[in-house]
Amino acid sequence: MDAVTLSRIQFALTSSFHYIYPPLSMGLALMLVVIEGMYMKTKNVFYKQMAQFWTKIFGLTFALGVATGLVQLFGFGTNWARYSRFVGDVFGSTLAAEGVFAFFLEAGFIGIMLFGWDRVRPKIHYLSTILVTIGAHFSAVWIVIANSWMQTPSGYTIVGEGSEARAVVTDFWAMIFNPSAIDRLTHVILGCWLAGIFLLLSVCAYYLLKKRHMSFAYTGMKIGLVSAAIVLVLQLVSADSTARGVAKNQPAKLAAIEGIYKTKPYTPMGIVGFVDPKQEEVKGITMPGLLSFLVYRNPETPVKGLEEFPREDWPNVPVVFQTYHMMIYMWGAMVMLVMLALYFWKKKRLEQAKWTLRGIVLSVMCPQIANQTGWATAEMGRQPWVVYGLLRTEHGTSVSVQASQVFSSILMLSAIYLLLFILFIYLLNHKIQQGPEGGEAPSEYRNIYPK
Amino acid sequence: MGETFILEHLWYFIVGFSLIAYVILDGFDLGVGMLHLFTRKDEEKRIFLNAIGPVWDGNEVWLVVFGGALFAGFPDAYATLFSGFYDLAMIFLAVLIFRAVAIEFRSKQKSFVWRCLWDTVFSLASFGIAMGSGLVLGNLITGVPLDSAHNFSLSIKNLCTPYPILVGFLAVSLLVMHGSIYLVMKTEGELHDKIRRWSLRCMFLFAFFYFITTCATLIYLPFMADRMREFPLAGLLAVAAFCFFSWIPRLFSQERDGFAFIASCLGIASLLGLFGLGTYPYLVRSSQGLEENSLTLYNAASSLLTLKVLLIVVLIGIPLVIGYGIYIYRTFRGKVRIGPSSY
Repeated sequence: MDAVTLSRIQFALTSSFHYIYPPLSMGLALMLVVIEGMYMKTKNVFYKQMAQFWTKIFGLTFALGVATGLVQLFGFGTNWARYSRFVGDVFGSTLAAEGVFAFFLEAGFIGIMLFGWDRVRPKIHYLSTILVTIGAHFSAVWIVIANSWMQTPSGYTIVGEGSEARAVVTDFWAMIFNPSAIDRLTHVILGCWLAGIFLLLSVCAYYLLKKRHMSFAYTGMKIGLVSAAIVLVLQLVSADSTARGVAKNQPAKLAAIEGIYKTKPYTPMGIVGFVDPKQEEVKGITMPGLLSFLVYRNPETPVKGLEEFPREDWPNVPVVFQTYHMMIYMWGAMVMLVMLALYFWKKKRLEQAKWTLRGIVLSVMCPQIANQTGWATAEMGRQPWVVYGLLRTEHGTSVSVQASQVFSSILMLSAIYLLLFILFIYLLNHKIQQGPEGGEAPSEYRNIYPK
Repeated sequence: MGETFILEHLWYFIVGFSLIAYVILDGFDLGVGMLHLFTRKDEEKRIFLNAIGPVWDGNEVWLVVFGGALFAGFPDAYATLFSGFYDLAMIFLAVLIFRAVAIEFRSKQKSFVWRCLWDTVFSLASFGIAMGSGLVLGNLITGVPLDSAHNFSLSIKNLCTPYPILVGFLAVSLLVMHGSIYLVMKTEGELHDKIRRWSLRCMFLFAFFYFITTCATLIYLPFMADRMREFPLAGLLAVAAFCFFSWIPRLFSQERDGFAFIASCLGIASLLGLFGLGTYPYLVRSSQGLEENSLTLYNAASSLLTLKVLLIVVLIGIPLVIGYGIYIYRTFRGKVRIGPSSY
């Protein structure tokens, strides 16, 4: 394999692995703001213990997010030197802003969050939790803006030619608010919240099944289910807006994720199936007119097919078709589980609904898979461009780095990441088995059900 | 002097400032890490860890800021350096990950083997980071084989030449000393006295490497002193570095530990200042055609608009960062106490 393919594999590896953790941190941070807020309001020590338990898990995901994030920052320079030179003027400023505004907020106040329970007053601790949460979201803002610029570049001009070409910022705000930035940012943040919320739900469902820490588990369930229901609805709205943005700004990408080769009215949307790239059609169940309706609010209007774009500008259609649909299935699975759980909750039979609870225990994977496949769709759908329409991926790598070097670093990073993942699961499980302090107190947990 | 000239220099200072902040702040974390294996008792090891526990994360962010600032201000230098030192960069990242993980996981299990393993990882990773940084700085002084497209490639074997290795050891001894002074500040009782004795030995070790490196630089790399010949006032920086370092033992013997730590910080800052002064205006010095192929702060800089935006970011951001940084250090000031939420 050549250095380009290997560098792409390495980037896929490091970013997918990195992206397990920041969403968990962001979602858990949001939950902690809610839980600690309830402690501030009620002064009930129960909520404090709950917050302390989740803070510990937050600390774990945060540490892994930082450790793997460093690889991301320097990965642009090591493997994508030509890309870094090309976008440095644009990308650098958002990265620097991320460092200054976001990381310091997070990394500074996490010390107080983790170690400051007895050092500072409760209000200051709560403030620290809020600041860490804001910091975590800030970093998402900058990095997604930078990535969105790669999808829909704006506010720039190209200086120089050939290998000397550089994108130079001409309008800072047009660069920040590039056409896809807001949609994608909303979509990403909601996805992150779901990751954290479903970790909370999963742990609580596990305790309910094992009949441990019952009051803790019920309270967590209540907070988690309500948040999940709200966020899942919001995500649907955001997904709609994002997809219409893709239709407008990156039509080739939309055509690829639905396997649309020919432009014709009543453009269908695939429900389940696969793309046959030879015959250029989708095999399986499709819904005629649905894509046209979703994009243009009219089932008749044709959606542009891939035939309108030069073949060398097509992404890998079968792959993005599957990743995109996987993301949607995961959303569907989450909606079903939350609806079931809410139903049993209403009937006051949640504890007996073993299969629903088991499903929720496993559901921690749903937002993770959705986040991963969603990003895969976004990034692979942008191919063969690294900066859409401006710089091809194959022209973005480092000249001075050989394939053998990248191969070695992939081996090294895979080994390290595997180790990290095993440690993460081991320690997470350890913490879950330990449970929250005082969570076993025989309180009247049934009163937690809504009257 | 045009606006571009001023902004490029300002940004050069900002990149330098974030590097200095990183070395001073994460420097003592690395020093503590390297000393970690020299104490046997588990309780003392936990005191070491918790001395840096609440702050090391924030300190490491200065490395991110340095990387971001370099990427933003001088994208060419960023791309050239990280792709050129590819192998070293990858190992550097690996040890950074290992250090973070070791700190985080070490005290999570009571098992002796588990703790021994992570203690070793923590110590070796800290050494690796210090040594690696020294090797890079050393290579930037001697120059790298930069071609006309601003590319170079150095394998681990090729970058380990005598002078960079010497700078590596200088960095290690400097940070061990820096870390030991920090620990003296954060400990009490018997442990405090023990580290105080260590600290003195570290000072001798550092003095030795400081002397050798200075001599080697003046003899083999005389251009490092060119700026001082042009502007004799700049030579004051070298005097300042010497004064700060020789002040440390004196303050130390008076048991003014806090001031000794400050002197150590200022010494590090002046030493890195000397590095900047000697290599200016080159960011990456080419050993194959100094004039045509080197990356300077002029030919590697971003556009004027980006530098302006960045300046606004920094002017708003850095005072905030320093403000709450001080608040956080104040919150965790004083001697280390082990509690239920400690490492």
